[in-house]
Amino acid sequence: MEQTINVTLRVWRQKNANTDGKFESYPVSNVSTEMSFLEMIDVLNEQLIKEGKDPIAFDHDCREGICGMCSMYINGRPHGPWHANTTCQLHMRAYKDGDTITVEPWRANSFPVIKDLVVDRSAFDRIIQAGGYISVNTGNAVDANAVPVEKQKADSAFAAAACIGCGACVAACKNSSAMLFVSAKVSHLSLLPQGAPERKTRVMNMIAQMDKEGFGACTNTGACEAVCPKEISISNIARLNQEYLSSSFTTAE
Amino acid sequence: MKWSEVFNSSVGKKLVMALTGLFLISFLIVHAGINACIWAMDGGEMFNKAAHFMGATVVIRIMEIGLFIGFLIHIFQGLSLELQNRAKRKVGYAVELGNKGSKWYSRSMGLLGTILLIFLIIHWKHFWIPSRFTGVEEVTLSNGVTTHNMFALMQSTFSELWVVVVYVLACVSLCWHLIHGFQSAFRTMGVHNDRFLSLLNSVGIGYSVIISLAFAMMPVTMYLGWVS
Repeated sequence: MEQTINVTLRVWRQKNANTDGKFESYPVSNVSTEMSFLEMIDVLNEQLIKEGKDPIAFDHDCREGICGMCSMYINGRPHGPWHANTTCQLHMRAYKDGDTITVEPWRANSFPVIKDLVVDRSAFDRIIQAGGYISVNTGNAVDANAVPVEKQKADSAFAAAACIGCGACVAACKNSSAMLFVSAKVSHLSLLPQGAPERKTRVMNMIAQMDKEGFGACTNTGACEAVCPKEISISNIARLNQEYLSSSFTTAE
Repeated sequence: MKWSEVFNSSVGKKLVMALTGLFLISFLIVHAGINACIWAMDGGEMFNKAAHFMGATVVIRIMEIGLFIGFLIHIFQGLSLELQNRAKRKVGYAVELGNKGSKWYSRSMGLLGTILLIFLIIHWKHFWIPSRFTGVEEVTLSNGVTTHNMFALMQSTFSELWVVVVYVLACVSLCWHLIHGFQSAFRTMGVHNDRFLSLLNSVGIGYSVIISLAFAMMPVTMYLGWVS
């Protein structure tokens, strides 16, 4: 049932990448428990604008949990307290009247803060550009069912393809490792026959780019899997390891 | 792809940790097996024979060099990876994720490993250095061979309470280090079949508890005078 609550937000404010940031507290009153977390921040931002203050900058787009843009680290957990959930799908009924909620940006050297809660995640784009694609010849489209795909592999590939590239895995990992993201993208393509021609070069180039971007190494703690809004399995990381080792050990040069 | 590129990549570095880790895991089985001879209740005869075999056999002495290399690579690679990984997040969180996503021992492999390294130095000073360099009192075995009385050295070393406490604490650290390390090593080598992973997880926990308990019981039973 709808209720209204009062909460205090402790938000990371940072003007730009070159300045130091700090936490600032804002009371937000009469918050409907049916509001999403982002709507609550919208309300606060309108209040800040009316007061002539700088509104809180944050990333968001679809607000239906599928685009991967929202990226808040809420009370010590990426995307807030709910399991398999994005920040935009977090609702204020998760909180009680009088709660203080700490909101931080993703923290990783490879995700520099642009402003307040907005971080630069273009490192993920560059990893995808390094090999997260398949090459398709132009001409008539091939009949969708022409290439047989094993059911189990199709299911695993589909589960991996659910990754929305939000970066919660990096934010949660003590090593700021991007392995869950990269493993989802590699698994998604390499499990399917369409991904087979570039299978070896894909994984080697994507890992090389991941290391170049300054992400850490995986120590299999499982924090990434626990916070992933799309429940990407950590087994994908083991598959990535196998793909990488078998590819890098068997190239001729 | 060049070998140097493979082993300088994040996956390659982890592979080195996994391979040396599994090598050390296999060494622990041999170590625990040899040491279990102290419980033969024959005044240390069987244990001293086993220790003599380990010390006087040339093949094993050569293998010992391999063991040292394994230890050194695991220690240096582990410490350097820990430092490199820590440096990937210059600005930390005000509220940490903590145990909400992972086990404390999985996140503390560097700390547990450092405790084990300190223990290893104490352990070498207690047994390996006297045996190789500074000398141990001799004993004549029933087959007429004269060798180091390692059993007596163990008894005198484990007569002090603080030594026993240090060894038991090290075994506790070892247990947590192994529970994470065992299954993590297989994941790093690319085992991604969920059936195998859950099997390896169980085997890893069993191995870690049994090995650590066996090692911990050695100083404890000697201190309590249960070993004659």
